[in-house]
Amino acid sequence: MDRIPILKLGGTLIVTIQVDMHDRLALALEEDLTAMIARTGARGVLIEISALEIVDSFIGRMLVSIAAVSRVLDAETVLAGMRPAVAITLVELGLELTGIRTALNVERGMALLKARLPEDRAGHWSERDGLED
Amino acid sequence: MTVSKTETIPVRSGDDVVRVRQRVRALAIDIGLGLVDQTKIITAASELARNTLDYGGGGEVRAEIVQAGTRKGLRLTFEDQGPGIVDIEQAMTDHYTSGKGLGLGLGGAKRLSNEFQIESSPGVGTRVMITRWK
Repeated sequence: MDRIPILKLGGTLIVTIQVDMHDRLALALEEDLTAMIARTGARGVLIEISALEIVDSFIGRMLVSIAAVSRVLDAETVLAGMRPAVAITLVELGLELTGIRTALNVERGMALLKARLPEDRAGHWSERDGLED
Repeated sequence: MTVSKTETIPVRSGDDVVRVRQRVRALAIDIGLGLVDQTKIITAASELARNTLDYGGGGEVRAEIVQAGTRKGLRLTFEDQGPGIVDIEQAMTDHYTSGKGLGLGLGGAKRLSNEFQIESSPGVGTRVMITRWK
């Protein structure tokens, strides 16, 4: 069965969706991502969708669900690279991507996630007591 | 209004929903729809094909290139022999769902189309027709 590869970069997991999502692929991605968050302790998930030609309510629901499960596992989800035509259509469709932050591109998405990850920079410091997220 | 091209696509599985999207995209490009209009009709088709599959128990889509005067359009008819819809007005309401969906399918598809028609008889089936004009 096809699977969408997940890359790990520091404390962030990166997924780029390059194919037309069918149901099984969407479900497999959700499973793989959540398993990998638990295994790696990732604090951020970046989903890059510039190749997606549409986001319908099925794909939207999958994205919302990934973000919700990730949040429970203490990781934030950022959706990056949505095409303008897809954005227009999403709004008209009435789909709200509740709980998902969006970024224009991968670079800005990574910046958003980095801002939430002080421990990446402070990783070499042995004592972080008293520091707040 | 004349019909210059017709094709029928079965909707029996999730893979068929993907195939419907691909055929609708090809036809939308054929009649010269712009990128935003293409995206809208493909998304509407995806929502309705999923309804046909999830609520209608499967069915088929008839895709037609239609012409009215100098205007070209893409007309899609989704048909199933499923349980039908008892209260269409309620089914059209955003966020109403009888299943596990988001309840945006019918209302969303209507907003994404230029024309929208729905007929349904309980116990007989449902037919939804949408058109997007160039």
